[in-house]
Amino acid sequence: MVTSVTSFSRTGLSDWLIQRVTSLVLLAYFIVIAYQLLGSVDYTSWRSLFDQTWMKVFTLMAALSLAAHSWIGLWSVFTDYLTERMLGPKGNAIRLLCELGVSLALVGYVIWVIVIIWS
Amino acid sequence: MLEVSLYRYNPETDEAPYMQDFSVDTGGRDLMVLDVLELIKADHDGSVTYRRSCREGVCGSDGLNMNGKNGLACITPLSESVKSDKLVIRPLPGLPVIRDLVVDMSLFYAQYEKVQPYLQNPTPAPAIERLQSPEERAQLDGLYECILCACCSTSCPSFWWNPDRFVGPAGLLQAYRFLADSRDTATEDRLAKLDDPFSVFRCHGIQNCVNVCPKGLNPTKAIGHIRTMLLNRAT
Repeated sequence: MVTSVTSFSRTGLSDWLIQRVTSLVLLAYFIVIAYQLLGSVDYTSWRSLFDQTWMKVFTLMAALSLAAHSWIGLWSVFTDYLTERMLGPKGNAIRLLCELGVSLALVGYVIWVIVIIWS
Repeated sequence: MLEVSLYRYNPETDEAPYMQDFSVDTGGRDLMVLDVLELIKADHDGSVTYRRSCREGVCGSDGLNMNGKNGLACITPLSESVKSDKLVIRPLPGLPVIRDLVVDMSLFYAQYEKVQPYLQNPTPAPAIERLQSPEERAQLDGLYECILCACCSTSCPSFWWNPDRFVGPAGLLQAYRFLADSRDTATEDRLAKLDDPFSVFRCHGIQNCVNVCPKGLNPTKAIGHIRTMLLNRAT
């Protein structure tokens, strides 16, 4: 059995399921956003939308879903293309560096979203 | 005359692979691609190397890439493969080339071995045979027919990038063939060995395997069934 310590949940099934569930959360969120954008949007209406607790929670859920979804997807891409098989002896180091960069960016984005919507 | 461009590589004499062109007289007949290779070997260059055996789509020896699509040379007619009088023949992609059109299939067989493609049942065997109902037997249709030609796995990008970790469509079709077999009792053990991020889940369902299978099988569907079994087992 192959394992990988850097995959999101360590098992293929959980990663697969999480990616699908998070995609549904994101779809629902973008439908809500699109619905709002179809109406007239100004600062007051936008502000009042995001002042509501349900929207703050929903936005946080969407941000966490986006982070998990992105990590699983990019981890797949990195373990396809950034490997010793594809890049030679430096492949694993390059992949780990990219994974570190992406994980820091995703954590940063989530914190940024929290600061924006809860401050 | 048919223009044929053939992948050539002899590791003992060539520094790098190259394409060699041949003009083959097919006599206007709709030959199979294997017939064209036989003509080249007989009339043009006897050193052209490829695998072939039964020449009727049963043994799975002559899996090749013909005009960009994997298939068995012996049952692929020129009318199906050739567009604009040009036939480009390459070895199956993604596997190391031993010589010309012959590839080293060790990685492919290692993945096949990994799924333990044999019936496992520790209970004492009955005097005659382990019986199945017609319905149970029907579960194996579309699975047991695989001839291991490797056309599917070598058309799969996930197998190209991770041939040592992703089982590949051919191996997974066989994995499901035994998961679906009512006489096999090792289901739990088989599923436990597949639940990692690579063995099954590196399949992204692009269905290249379905597109090229010369036997018309559907590995993507079998992989979907394995996913469902893994999900049912875990929830």
